[in-house]
Amino acid sequence: MERFMSQENKVDVIVVGAGPSGAAAGITLARAGKKVVIVERGSFAGSKNMFGGAIYEFPTIDLYPNFKEEAPIERVNTQHRYLINDDNSSVSVAYKREDQSTSYTVIRSKWDSWCIDMAIQVGAYFSPKTIVRELIIKEGKVVGIKTDNEEFYCDIVILADGVNSILAKQIGLRKNLNDTEIAIGVKEVIQLPKNVIEERFNLSENTGCITEIAGSPMKGITALGFMYTNKTSVTIGLGVNLDELKKRKITPNELLNKLKKHPAVAPFIKGGELIEYSAHLIPEGGYNAIPKLYADGVMVVGDAAMLVNNIHWEGTNIAMLSGQYAAQTAIEALEIRDFSSNMLSLYERKLKQSSFYKDIKSYKNAVKIVHSNSSSFLKYYPEKINEFFEMFTQSGFIPRACLYRRYIKNFLKDRKISKLLYDILNIIKIFFDAIK
Amino acid sequence: MDIENLDEKLSTVKTNPDTQSHLIPDEDSCIRCEEKSCIYVCPASVYKWNTEEKKLIVSYENCLECGACRIACDKQMLVWKYPNASFGITYKQG
Ligand SMILES: Cc1cc2nc3c(=O)[nH]c(=O)nc-3n(C[C@H](O)[C@H](O)[C@H](O)COP(=O)(O)OP(=O)(O)OC[C@H]3O[C@@H](n4cnc5c(N)ncnc54)[C@H](O)[C@@H]3O)c2cc1C
Ligand code: SF4
Ligand code: SF4
Repeated sequence: MERFMSQENKVDVIVVGAGPSGAAAGITLARAGKKVVIVERGSFAGSKNMFGGAIYEFPTIDLYPNFKEEAPIERVNTQHRYLINDDNSSVSVAYKREDQSTSYTVIRSKWDSWCIDMAIQVGAYFSPKTIVRELIIKEGKVVGIKTDNEEFYCDIVILADGVNSILAKQIGLRKNLNDTEIAIGVKEVIQLPKNVIEERFNLSENTGCITEIAGSPMKGITALGFMYTNKTSVTIGLGVNLDELKKRKITPNELLNKLKKHPAVAPFIKGGELIEYSAHLIPEGGYNAIPKLYADGVMVVGDAAMLVNNIHWEGTNIAMLSGQYAAQTAIEALEIRDFSSNMLSLYERKLKQSSFYKDIKSYKNAVKIVHSNSSSFLKYYPEKINEFFEMFTQSGFIPRACLYRRYIKNFLKDRKISKLLYDILNIIKIFFDAIK
Repeated sequence: MDIENLDEKLSTVKTNPDTQSHLIPDEDSCIRCEEKSCIYVCPASVYKWNTEEKKLIVSYENCLECGACRIACDKQMLVWKYPNASFGITYKQG
């Protein structure tokens, strides 16, 4: 890295972290001819990273116009499935459209590496196996980074160091996280032949399916399961709030084992071979958890800034966009050589105008409402929906009208009218927040 | 073959463990800690309580570097660092 730096070990910008946000910042700066170093603790970009499965057309295509032809894409997602599980049954909704798609499954170790290669090609310098332990602060301004054995200087640091961002905490931009604001994701990648995946998920060649799973075995728990299809593997996993694990004294691996056995899930992965188990945190606090995104000489992007849309499992898109906007702001700041927090606040203003940021804001209360009413939304209603279909599909000696009446009677018996109204009000609140 | 056993699962992750632990709980705090949340949130069962020795056993070489224990530690008394560069896990899928 020294050779890339000028004599006093100084560059224009140092980006900490080579995930989607760091790569986006790096490529944007390098394209503008700025001297940028991307520092990554893993032995290659992506080696420490895991996610569910899908990246999105926007803003990927702005950053990497050639990605559809050249990037290591697994499948184009043309199908979305939602499973609402009870213990022994499941109701599913599927949406399929073959001619239009804006999401793609990727394998992070390959995808993150490809993005960094693109940044290197346009002049960014990449330094893997390098951990930033601390930021260097002089007169209240961030002026560089400290690794295990060296110090490097720059005009601006972009913190793209992910959900644990120890560095954002060091400079007071982030507080100690609360266990309701963080979920842990665990996942297994299960290898299966290509044709078997396509048959089981009802896919045509190279198209993919995203499956989201609510209810059993995570009944009443703020947790969601997922499945994604790669070319020759299926990933299955779940995200669960840390406070739920503490409260119920259950480990994420135990929950995942149960999920894999659920009768609506097991057939999809049957006979496959586990090729990797992994875990990673997910910021779960939504809009209310987003910290201030800048200070003198520094900007925070992606998961480090808690920028994730939990309702849709989207984090890579706003990670890339925030990296790009922080880089654009840095380019302007370098023109006029003003690295003050006042100048860098431009980044936050830009980001607030984006649809991704506005989406997170719309769901401001949704996660909290679902979390604090998890026994309703993640237990009672999934059960009732399944009971409805059990009754609806049954053919027997009891007349259907009688079954329907019994169902409605039970519904009202199990649940006080006031509680029903309260739940309905909450749903209306989530809905109005979303369209506001 | 469906794998349930955690050790078998962990054997699918490429790791290069350091000779020292990057996870250092404060032993006194652990003795006083009733919840012991680190044990439940960990996806790799790195922490186990040894009742005889009244001590948390830390199998740091199995750590997936997620950070859950750092946030969940009831006493906020767990020194948590990334393992030194070129040590720890390398995901090939992710
Ligand atoms: C289970 C799960 C499922 C998900 N599913 C999806 C999905 O389907 N679609 C989607 O869009 N999003 C999904 N997300 C969210 C998405 O993965 C993240 O929002 C996204 O990766 C954030 O990108 P980032 O660049 O900000 O951070 P990261 O991708 O976490 O990158 C941070 C990088 O910084 C490095 N680093 C950290 N600290 C240091 C340091 N001190 N020095 C040097 N390097 C450092 C890390 O090694 C890492 O490479 C999911 C997340 C999880 C956990
Ligand atoms: S939660 Fe913290 S204090 Fe409690 S046993 Fe675990 S490490 Fe020790
Ligand atoms: S960082 Fe994650 S995997 Fe490692 S010990 Fe803590 S909870 Fe377990």
